[in-house]
Parts: sequence; structure tokens; C-alpha cells
Amino acid sequence: MTPISYFMVLSGILFAIGVVGVLIRRNIIVMFMSIELMLNAVNLAFIAMGRQIGSIDGQVIVFFVITVAAAEAAVGLGIIISLFRNRATVNADELNLMRW
Amino acid sequence: MPMWLFFFLAALAVIAALGVILQRNPVHCLLGLAVNLLDMGVVFIGLGAVTVGFLQIIIYVGAIMVLFLFVIWLLNLQAEGLSGYLGLKFFGAIGAAALAAELAVIFLHAAPISRLVAAPATQGSIASLGRSLFSDYLIAFEVTSVLLLAAVVGAIGLARRIPSSVAADRDEQMRTSISAPVTTDSERRERRSA
Repeated sequence: MTPISYFMVLSGILFAIGVVGVLIRRNIIVMFMSIELMLNAVNLAFIAMGRQIGSIDGQVIVFFVITVAAAEAAVGLGIIISLFRNRATVNADELNLMRW
Repeated sequence: MPMWLFFFLAALAVIAALGVILQRNPVHCLLGLAVNLLDMGVVFIGLGAVTVGFLQIIIYVGAIMVLFLFVIWLLNLQAEGLSGYLGLKFFGAIGAAALAAELAVIFLHAAPISRLVAAPATQGSIASLGRSLFSDYLIAFEVTSVLLLAAVVGAIGLARRIPSSVAADRDEQMRTSISAPVTTDSERRERRSA
């Protein structure tokens, strides 16, 4: 059997990888994928801690997170398509119209 | 979950996640993400959350990943070169490594989660999840359905192609309102016919 702390460490590592992905990539779609990575790392933490305290609430919250992630992916990809149609780029550095 | 299985799945998850952020081609990034999410689904099942693990595989890997793939193909994205501010990337990577190390130290030294508990056998079955979902979390469940409806309408509204006549009209309105803020309808019609 594996201690729950190992799962939490895995969750932290995956979250950090997602943070690095958002920071070092300039392609909006890949940044979006990195956000999904972070969401998933947090899901792992919820499930592991729910298992630890013997409660099902963690799994219910993960269920809601998956639902919200699906809605977020649909709306976010719609925004990206609309953006690409108007500006013909998905590079985050070139989208500086509202930059101060 | 046995120790060797955990380490195998953890190594696979970390390698796939690194593939997401290091591959040049967006389709390869997406394949890395799919492997990572599939792997996480297996970890969830190994932790006793059977229903959520299968939901993860069906919804994430089956639906959301396909949506990403369609968008990448639709936009015809090619492999990208190195661009942007290298200093930000450098310090971002160092900061995130520090974050991971800090979390690892904290979790490994937290006494309450370092020992083992055996979960009850029914934990994570569809019956127990459904009972909780439709009693304690009923309002959240209903709000989720409204959220999904709003997301569907919003996604269609965002991605819809505006007919060219309407778009031209809107562009002209914006241009005239910027150049001459006070214009009557007749003036605008004259300008359009001119």
C-alpha cells in the first residue's frame, strides 16, 4: 500500500509542471492544456484526501470540477476560434491590443 | 494501490506532463495530455474512486481531448519555434521547481497523511456517489446543469461566423463612431451608399 502523502507529492509535481507550461509556452492552446493539467492535479489531491478522511465529498467535488472543466473547455475553445478568425494568430504575445 | 504500481503510474504521469509543455507540435502536446489524463483516471480507480475515474476517462479523454484536437486541426497549427521572453521562462521554471519542492517537503512531513487507512469497500461506487450527489449536493448539481446550458449557448455564440453583411455594417458603425461621434442615421446611410 502507498501512503496518501505520495499521491499529494505527485499532485504537487503535476501542478508545478502545469504552472511552468503556462509560463513558458506562448501558444494559447498549449497554455489552455497546461491549465487542464493543473485542474487534474488538484483533482488528484481531492481524491487522495477524501480517501484519507474516509469521505466521499472529495469525489463529488471532483465530479463538479470535471463538469466545470468541460464547460470551460467549450467556451475557451470558442474564444480561441473567434480570436484566430479575427487576428489570425494564437500567440499570446501578439495579442496586445488592450495592453497598457 | 501497490507501491510499484504507484511509482509506474506516477513516472508515466510526470513524463506525459513534461511532454505537454515541452513538445513543439500542439498535436503531440495533446497526445501527452491524453496519456496524462488516462493515467490519472487509473490512479483515481486505484484510490477507490471508481466512478470518478471512469468519468474522467470518458469525459476528459473521450470528449474534451477530441474537442481540443478538432480545434487544433481547424486552426491548422504548426510546430512553433522558441519565442517570448527567455527571462520569464527561466525564472518561471525556477519558481515552479521551488513550488514543487516546497509542496513535496510539506506533504512528506505531514504526519496525518503519511500513515495508511483502509477505505470502506463501497466508497466510490455509483450508488454512494449518486446518493451524495442527489441529497447533500442537490443544489450544486442543479446549478451545474444551468452552467452547462450557459456554456453551450456561449460557445455557439462565440464560435459562430457572423454573416459578412452584418460584420461590414458593424465595422462601419465602429469606424464612423470613432471618427465622428455624432452622426445621424441619414448621414450614415449616405456614407454607406457613397
